[in-house]
Parts: sequence; C-alpha cells; structure tokens
Amino acid sequence: MSLEVKDVSFAYPNGYVANENLHFTIEKGERVAIVGQNGAGKTTAVKLLNGLHKPTKGDVLVDGTNTKDKTVAQISQYVGYVFQNPDDQIFNNTVKAELEYSFKHSKLTDEEINKRVERAAELTGIQQYMDMKPFDIPYSIRKFVTIAVFVALDTPYLILDEPTAGQDINGINRLAELMNILQGEGRSVITITHDMEFVADNFSRVIAMANKRIIADDSARNIFWNNDIVAESNISKPQIGELAEDIGSDNKILFRHELLEYLTRL
Amino acid sequence: MSYIELKNVSYRYPLAEADALKNINYAFEEGKLYGIIGENGGGKTTFCDLIKGLIPSFYGGDLTGEVFIKGKEIREWESSALASTIGYIFQNPFTQISGIKETVFEEIALGLENLGVEREEIIDRVINVVKQLKIEHLVKNNPNKLSGGQRQRVAFASIIAMETDILVIDEPTSQLDPKGTSDIFEIIHLLKEQGKTILLVEHKIDLIAEYADEVLVIKQGELITNGKTSDVFSDVNLLNEGVNIPQIALLSNDMKEQGKPFDTFAITRSQAREQILKKGSEKICH
Repeated sequence: MSLEVKDVSFAYPNGYVANENLHFTIEKGERVAIVGQNGAGKTTAVKLLNGLHKPTKGDVLVDGTNTKDKTVAQISQYVGYVFQNPDDQIFNNTVKAELEYSFKHSKLTDEEINKRVERAAELTGIQQYMDMKPFDIPYSIRKFVTIAVFVALDTPYLILDEPTAGQDINGINRLAELMNILQGEGRSVITITHDMEFVADNFSRVIAMANKRIIADDSARNIFWNNDIVAESNISKPQIGELAEDIGSDNKILFRHELLEYLTRL
Repeated sequence: MSYIELKNVSYRYPLAEADALKNINYAFEEGKLYGIIGENGGGKTTFCDLIKGLIPSFYGGDLTGEVFIKGKEIREWESSALASTIGYIFQNPFTQISGIKETVFEEIALGLENLGVEREEIIDRVINVVKQLKIEHLVKNNPNKLSGGQRQRVAFASIIAMETDILVIDEPTSQLDPKGTSDIFEIIHLLKEQGKTILLVEHKIDLIAEYADEVLVIKQGELITNGKTSDVFSDVNLLNEGVNIPQIALLSNDMKEQGKPFDTFAITRSQAREQILKKGSEKICH
C-alpha cells in the first residue's frame, strides 16, 4: 500500500509546466514534509496526488490504482487534501454541517458518522465551534475545521497544505499531536510547510523542491545541513542549526539539547 | 506626547458575552517597532482593528476608554484621514486583495486612487514599491490568480504605497518561504529606519526577537506583559501563557540552569554567537 509518483510532469492547459519529472513513493503510515520556495510547484505536486491534477507525463498510483482512471471524488476517499486557504474549501453554514457533508453519499450508519465527526472534532480541538458559522471563527481555527473533515472521512493518505500558517504554539502542538495519532493508525501524512522548526521537530523525511523539481529527498538533518539545497530551495536551517553553523560546529546539530551538549562540553 | 495612546480601553463585540479587550493602558512612541504576541483568539487582531479605527465604526459593539492617535481621540478622526495615517496589512492575504482589479499594478494603485492621489504620483509610487518588494514580474498578472506567497507580497506593496506614518501589520509572512520572510522583514526594518511607527503581530518569534524594540503580550483580552524585547523573552515562564519563546532564549536559559550562563542573556542568533565565541576565547586565554 503506497502512493507512487512515477516520472510525473504536469503542464497547465495553457502550456505552463509546473512540475517536471517528479519521482517518489510514500508508504503507508509514513510522514513526509515538502518544503521549498514559493512557486516551486509544491501545491501543484500534491494536487497530483489526489487527482485534482492528472499527470501530463508519467503516472500517479494510489494503492496501485492509476489516478487517470478515477474521478477526484473517488480518489478523495483515499487521499484527503486540505487546501492552503480554508476559505476555498469551506461552504456549509455550520462547522458541524461542514464535517458531515462529506458523508452525504456514504453508506455508513448515522451513528457511525456521528462518532467519526465527534472524534475528528475532538482531535482537532474544534468541539466548541461545532454550531458556529465557519466564517465567524478565527482563520487558524477554520484551518482545523478543514483538517477535521478528512480526519472524519478517515482517508489513508492526508495532505496538509501550509497547516502551520497563522497557528500559535498551541495550534502547532495540536498539529504535531494529531499527526502522531494518525501515524499510529497507519495513515500517511504529507505536509507542505514553511515552518522549519516544525519540520525538524516532526519529520524524519523531507522532500525539498525548487524550480518545478524535487532537488532532494532525504532526512531533515541531511537536508538542513546541505547548504546548496538550503539556498536553492529558499529554505533555512532552524535557528539552532544556524547558530551551530555560526560557531563552527560540524556535528549537523538541529536541536537545542544537541547544541547544549556541544556547548557544555566545550 | 505619545504617538498612540490607550487609556482604560475595553471593548465588547456586538452580542458577545465577554470583553474582547479588557482595560488596556499603553502608550506607543513614534518610530518604534512593537511586537504584539500571544495565543490566537486572545485579542491581537481586535487590538489591531481598534488602532486602525475599525472599532467601533465598522464592527459596532461597546468601546469604553479612550484611544488617541497623534493626540486626537479616534472617534474624532475622519475615516479617510485615518486611512492616510495608518496602513493596515491584513492577516489573510486572500481577504486583502480587492478582487475587482485585473492586474497587480491596478491592485496596488487602488488605495492611492481612493485617497485621491494624482495619477502621475500613483504611477511613480507603484513602480517604486514593486521594485522594493521584488514583484516587477507580477505587475501584469491577475491578482486573483497569484499564489499565497505572491498575494502576501502584493498586499504588502499596496499598503506601503500609501506611505502612512503608522503601519499595523498582522502576520505578514504566514504564507511565505523562509527567504521571502526575511525579505519582508528587511523591508519592515527599512520602514522603521524611515521613521515609521510599526505594530506587528507575528508568530515567528525569532523575528520578533530580532526586530522588535518592545513586546506586548495579550492573553484573553488583557495586556499581561510588556517591556523591552530582551526583558520579555528572558522570562521563559511565558511558555505557560501560550506564548512561544525564541529557541535562542531557551538555550540561554538552559545554559543558566547548567551553571554556565552567558554574560548577557541572548535572545537572538547573533547575540548568542557573540556570547559563545567570547566564552570560547576566554577559555583559550586561561
């Protein structure tokens, strides 16, 4: 069981090429961060995973099924994509209705649907907002509403596009906890983010993109300590890593406890 | 005289059961950069809306106490005069873009048109600001078809073009990559050098540590802490208030707890670098 992206290129109908020769596999239960410059093609790439875009060259296979043979509605039962801008996704009158909407054509019993919706609300911390209008709640919470939709749907693959944007420390911690729980259930989480500390803290595998292509697919440590990759993809080391480099440590330090150990040994 | 002053300010949104801002007193000085931090839902954006004059004129509700902008109470300001004094960069760039203009150039010019600026000057200002923000390549694009990061830059440009004395900036870099973020902060720094007074809401705490002169922490509508940036961040207990602390400040605290404190508590990377290199050279000398 995996998401396979095989030599995929994608061009928009007007001919603009947004992705070139993407090639990677995401296993069941794996957690991957996609980082890189604005306009590198990150969002286009993940839209290929859930069938919103179909490759112009190559194939995307979801558990062996080619996305070209399925509709977006069919694929979205397997691959949930949480939009970058929650306002592009939300359209129901209450938060609860938003979560329930995806089950409109579901064969599940009402009881099962309720159970899933309640659990998703709990995991994303939005219980107190369930009866409110989505546009009356803050942006950062609206993002959790859109995440809860797919947590409830229980898709085996979940894509989060910039979930950390606008989140405070509580929101970041809740995201990290949520990813742990989903991974514990064997679900894969693919996250686009510009928050480098969030990447270092929560992802062992990182895909770096620049200029429509994947330029590195490696551990967070190797990526952050490769200055060519950092420069080409417009990312930066987490601050502790930058400080470690400033003072001439070559131990590929990323975390505070590592730097502390290095400093107290000096 | 303070540039912006709040006296016993409380505010409650229409139909709300509790105050969104509770008895806030604060005086902002001209030319400083103020970081406004705290957990989401705590009142940061409400605070910005108040300074911008959107409260109570746009949102309604009950405002008590007084807010003085350049010595004049906010309720006495004409909204057009306020708009050319205070620029406001929205939290969500998707909201700020007007949606009614077909090119980025026209989008940036929109605010200036509304203020009645001369056509020639509008063109000059727009050309300058697109250079400053490195978005020359976008000027002919449709603003509604830009990426999140591009929209954020365009939103920023349209406010800088207004050349207001005061800027209220609500999370300007939430959609930007690290390089784009540091570009924006360079511009914010430049605006400060030009003498602008800046109120900045930002979750990227490292950048607040580096650029803010003073920090205000707002929680549940109350101003719970304020002071010089270095003083505020040397209290790591703030973590319990839902406030992130720069990793470098936490490192300084760790060193203190290990009995090897830095001579001065570092909150930024360059301060820590200096302290560590100093410690290193002392060791070699002895």
